Amino acid sequence: MIEKKNTNWLAMALLILGLSTIAFPLYLTIVIAFKQPSEMTNSISGILSLPKTWSLSNFREAMRVTNFWHSLANSLLITIVTVVLSIAIHSIMGYALGRNKAGNKFYSFVYLFIVSGMFVPFAILMMPLAKQTAEMGLANWFGVILLYVVFYMPMNILLYSGYLVNIPMALEEAARVDGASTWRTYWKIIFPIMKPMHATVAVLTALSVWNDVMTPLVIMAGSETNTLPLAQLNFQSQFGTNYNLAFASYLLSLIPILIFYVICQKQILNGVVNGAVK
Amino acid sequence: MMKNERKITFLCITIPILALFVCFNTIPLIRGVIYSFTNFKGFGKYDWVGMRNYIDLFSDARVGKSYLFTFKLAIVTTIVVNVISLLLALALNGKIRAKSFFRGAYFLPNILGALVVGYIFNYFFTYIFPALASMVGIESLSTSILSSPSKAWIGIMVVCAWQAIAMNTIIYISGLQTVPEDVYEAGGLDGATGWKQFRYLTFPLIIPFFSINMVLCVKNFLMVFDQIMALTKGGPAQSTESISYLIYNNGMSGGQFGFQSANAVVFFLVIVFVSVAQMKFSSSKEEQL
Repeated sequence: MIEKKNTNWLAMALLILGLSTIAFPLYLTIVIAFKQPSEMTNSISGILSLPKTWSLSNFREAMRVTNFWHSLANSLLITIVTVVLSIAIHSIMGYALGRNKAGNKFYSFVYLFIVSGMFVPFAILMMPLAKQTAEMGLANWFGVILLYVVFYMPMNILLYSGYLVNIPMALEEAARVDGASTWRTYWKIIFPIMKPMHATVAVLTALSVWNDVMTPLVIMAGSETNTLPLAQLNFQSQFGTNYNLAFASYLLSLIPILIFYVICQKQILNGVVNGAVK
Repeated sequence: MMKNERKITFLCITIPILALFVCFNTIPLIRGVIYSFTNFKGFGKYDWVGMRNYIDLFSDARVGKSYLFTFKLAIVTTIVVNVISLLLALALNGKIRAKSFFRGAYFLPNILGALVVGYIFNYFFTYIFPALASMVGIESLSTSILSSPSKAWIGIMVVCAWQAIAMNTIIYISGLQTVPEDVYEAGGLDGATGWKQFRYLTFPLIIPFFSINMVLCVKNFLMVFDQIMALTKGGPAQSTESISYLIYNNGMSGGQFGFQSANAVVFFLVIVFVSVAQMKFSSSKEEQL
């Protein structure tokens, strides 16, 4: 295609201007996290200036106060286990439902039943679930993971069984003729083919779980276990008026996801678009 | 025999997973409905009260106020977010340099946790913006907007929008990429440029993406919680209590377990109604094309 590469400079200028609404809050967050309380004045230069020294003392203190490594480990554990279980359980359920829902009343009912779970807001489940998990001895990180696996099931099953339409039945039939069981055929043939959808599901599930506050707040309240966002909530009062300490802690809790974003930006953008559009 | 093996395997997969779903989604939902007919406080004994909670719900000023606030926030934020996202998407899809850098940067707010973003903006609204405003000489903004019952919702809207714009922009961009170049070329011959081109060519072609964004926005903003928790905790003077926040706050620790269960049941029906209505509306729009 012969196309003149005309840059639209007006759009460029507006985009750069718009970017400041994202860069400015992030800049302030970083600067405040490094400053000392004595550097926080109400003048414009006091707000915008760089810290006098780039000392890590705020971060060390914030790590100590919020028990950072403990919360980070919990967040990582919950997110990774949820993603692995979601990929394994939701994909095979999506397969079982997707392959059988046409022409079978039971499977098409189960499919609609689970997918319509998307409309159930957490607000209505929250109180009964707090009771139920406590009764079942699941008011802990494992209970939170189980709940995530259930909460993201409707969306992920929709995605997986939608993707399955593109995979021809002939593949499975060929394997069956060779004598492979359905179970084996799934893990050996279908599961690897669904790889692009695994990436989408992993990204969507990981982002939602990592940033979720409500589920751990309701389920693990009172236990000593914190996730990263929950730690910010629970230690908010301990920061008092030391905003520099608070900001160091906020920044620390944002760093893992920022690193993840820088590394997997393309996969994340693709995953989010795929998830929303399907 | 082969057919049987397949049938049994599928049943062995479906039934345990279905049981898990029923256990942690359907049963709590039913329990929530049952609690809504009781005067349960969250502990101890309770009695059946019939429809009392539901009758009280409609005369409760605090609940009414939270519905008004939540809908106002959801509608205004949805409009603001979609207008800005669409403009951004058009710019990001246009002839610009460093496209992937801009796209990556504009998506950034969406991956950050809403609670922490809320805390950061809370500080900005409380200290930095008033300081900047009084320096520039805008008296009306020299106090924190979060401490004003009439203006606090604007702060919440800004934070919600800041994160949601990123998401909606990406969806609009993927919509714009489905519009083939020759549509513009053909339209150009007929004199469709600028606003006309957008109104009669681009927008009708991306209506499916517009509906996705509408559904996503309205549903997410109706369920707003983290931002409230971080910015206002429902204050000042209960002016920013979202429905989810009220259910959490009064139901979990305020001794209104039964009453807020009734509220949650109504909220659930509202969400279902709004979502179904939106889908009906947008699918009828798409058929016209």
